[in-house]
Amino acid sequence: METLTIMVLLAFLVVIAVGIIVLRDLLAGVVLLGLYSLVAAGAFVVMDAVDVAFTEAAVGAGISTILFLGALSFTKHEQKPRGHDSVTALFFVAVTGALLIYGTLDMPHYGSDLSPAQTHPELTQHFLHKSDSEIGIPNVVTSVLASYRGYDTLGETVVVFTAGVAVLSLLGLRRRRPEEEAPEDAPGDLPTVPDDEAEHK
Amino acid sequence: MFVAATLALLVTMILTLFRALVGPTIFDRLLAVNSFGTKTVLLIAVYGFLTKRPEFLDIALVYALINYIGTIAVLKFFEYDDLGSGAYQEDDF
Repeated sequence: METLTIMVLLAFLVVIAVGIIVLRDLLAGVVLLGLYSLVAAGAFVVMDAVDVAFTEAAVGAGISTILFLGALSFTKHEQKPRGHDSVTALFFVAVTGALLIYGTLDMPHYGSDLSPAQTHPELTQHFLHKSDSEIGIPNVVTSVLASYRGYDTLGETVVVFTAGVAVLSLLGLRRRRPEEEAPEDAPGDLPTVPDDEAEHK
Repeated sequence: MFVAATLALLVTMILTLFRALVGPTIFDRLLAVNSFGTKTVLLIAVYGFLTKRPEFLDIALVYALINYIGTIAVLKFFEYDDLGSGAYQEDDF
């Protein structure tokens, strides 16, 4: 039953993805993207990765949909017909996908007893029993995330921080370029109106 | 019994997904997507009982909230073609 449910949900993902690609209506595409994330999160729940599913649902179905809608209010609702042929794009997508699948070949299969969590059961016991005395955080997931694999989490945070800085510099630089002698304001501030400048001087 | 409920939900999801992909107007799609989200919530809840882990019910509740927020955002976008400039708020309410 579990295998059947997972397979049907994954089939839904494929169908929705093809629908997103084929549809010309961008609003429908955004709505279907949210649906895609929700189905992916449902598949994660069925596969027992509840915390991953939570992240997927909150970020993919919640925030991303709203961000896409915000972006859509600056542009048109209909996708332009493409002028160039998309064979090159298809080629690169296929190569990237093949590389990603090749990368998963080394991993243990889903539910396999050869996965590291199964072959080293003493680690699980260590985390479950010692984390309270070693780390002092009641939630074991949090103590693994923030302390036992803290460098990994630090790396992820650096990646997210870099992405945020890049986006802010892209958005912020263009807005402030016209006024050369603008006072040094924090990025993300509203564009200063002349009245404000008069007050500052 | 939970197996039958899960199967029925999966079949219903196929039907709503068909409408979401084919639906002639955007309203068909939106209604189908919202209904599909509800089916996902129900599927997680039923699946929790199927595998003897009723605590999945909490996750299903959170998904219901997220689905609701998404639908509200899309509907607001429909009405105002915009998500939050604030220019319309005093005139329209």
